Amino acid sequence: MPYYASAEQVMRDRSEYARKGISRGRSVAVLTYADGILFIAENPSSTLHKIGEIYDRIGFAAVGRYSEFESLRVAGVRLADVRGYSYNRRDVTGRVVANAYAQTLGSIFTEQMKPFEVELCVADVGQTPETDQLYRLTFDGSVFDEPDFVVMGGQADVVTGHLRESFRAGMGLADALAAGVKALSAVSASTQANGGGHEQLPAEQLEVAVLDRRRPKRSFRRITGAALRGLLAADQTADDAVTGESPAEAAADTTEHAASQPAPGTPPGLGDPAAPDTAGGAQADGPA
Amino acid sequence: MSDQSTGRSGFTPAYLDRVGSSFTDFLGSTAPELLPGRRPVPAVPMGDLAPHGTTIVAATFDGGVLMGGDRRATMGNLISSRDIEKVYAADSWSVIGIAGAAGIAIEMVRLYQVELEHYEKIEGMTMSLDGKANRLAAMIRGNLGAALQGLAVVPLFAGYDLDAAEGVSPGRIFSYDVTGGNYEERGYASVGSGSLFARGSLKKTWRPGLSADAATRTLVEALYDAADDDSATGGPDAVRRLYPILYRIDAEGAVRLPDAEVAAISAAITADRSAGAESREV
Repeated sequence: MPYYASAEQVMRDRSEYARKGISRGRSVAVLTYADGILFIAENPSSTLHKIGEIYDRIGFAAVGRYSEFESLRVAGVRLADVRGYSYNRRDVTGRVVANAYAQTLGSIFTEQMKPFEVELCVADVGQTPETDQLYRLTFDGSVFDEPDFVVMGGQADVVTGHLRESFRAGMGLADALAAGVKALSAVSASTQANGGGHEQLPAEQLEVAVLDRRRPKRSFRRITGAALRGLLAADQTADDAVTGESPAEAAADTTEHAASQPAPGTPPGLGDPAAPDTAGGAQADGPA
Repeated sequence: MSDQSTGRSGFTPAYLDRVGSSFTDFLGSTAPELLPGRRPVPAVPMGDLAPHGTTIVAATFDGGVLMGGDRRATMGNLISSRDIEKVYAADSWSVIGIAGAAGIAIEMVRLYQVELEHYEKIEGMTMSLDGKANRLAAMIRGNLGAALQGLAVVPLFAGYDLDAAEGVSPGRIFSYDVTGGNYEERGYASVGSGSLFARGSLKKTWRPGLSADAATRTLVEALYDAADDDSATGGPDAVRRLYPILYRIDAEGAVRLPDAEVAAISAAITADRSAGAESREV
């Protein structure tokens, strides 16, 4: 069904479509802290990860459509491993990976009918805090070199605002986690402020990982289970000792398995380019 | 659309294809020239042109498994290296030791290390120990052509089985032949030119349920015996302070034993044997 649409119109439609897809998902925050880089994602699934390891000192975080950022994550791991194998492990940098993502997202955005509904962060932990790098990549292939922290996903602006208030450069891990979780909780549907049951995002709703610069070789490490609950509890006792949970309540929280979604950020039935409710451009600008 | 996208910059379509979590298979389809065993080898015997690594031994103990290797590489009748390393950690829970053409073997170990790490990153979990052993077999199978020209690589693989049933020893050893045959060994194993003598030694000294320390000494002693009778196996070299490389894998993961520890064991063995020789002279 051929019809004429100006290039400007097409690009605007695609941008709007991608932005809508991304804004439906839960948020991810990536923060620098004293010993490395901290990734925090609101993610009830314990197997469908939004955060991943790319290489020795490079981590990956994404929001949006799971199948799309998963294939990008795999491509990044492949690129890093091929490069590390044919050159040397030290020759794999976050910049190389970020560039490849930017090129790929850019060409998909301009050449294909449907852009990728994803936003990525490639983090490269250095030997010192000054050499840490955070690259944010958007669906159209733009790449931004961000200082201090990156927030992506639904209501990223609100989370960024909260984080800007509490973020300090060179925070410890527990403080950085507290700041990040507090900021994500402000917009999360599962907290009391937004009609949910929790005061703050609990451990089982969170996916947390760090790139720890003190570790030799592979610096990526997930923080899960008891270690994560311990860190979160350390924050809360530091914040205010009044809101201490009783041990029984804490145990009940942990035994209950959180519901998992097949693809975080993608409600079933949505996201099909042909469906009228998601054809963003057509809705905003009237029938084409 | 697809015609244009094949020429686009960034990742090629092969990178974005989600299927497959094997690094070797991926290299095979995108950069086959980087794989060992895919290169043409001239049809002449060339075994004496390249350095060859020699003896590797492995033995289980109560709660894990040990692997050790001597430090010598030979080229024909010459010693080409006194300090070559032939035992490597494959990942956190397994080690690989190599005998045969050193250049190809070390390349294969590097590829194997990336293979395991790649799987771990893509799948988000560690490969099973049997899976690891099978991947290694496939790699050796690919080298059969070169093996027939005298560039054989024969590894020994050992690891800690995280899925081991209660009461079953978690330390397991796998040996290979040049055709990629993969055999699980019971208790102990050896490969390389001195393996005959090392195996004889282990046969008399190894017992099931040894402690880690006793098994370490047994293993160093087996390498000592191999060096005694095989010219291509190096013994402990106190002059240059070169000692066998030993890895221990237990519930804590794979660790390389410090040189000082192996030196002390080697010194104790030398002292015991010289004391035995003196008592016979009297």
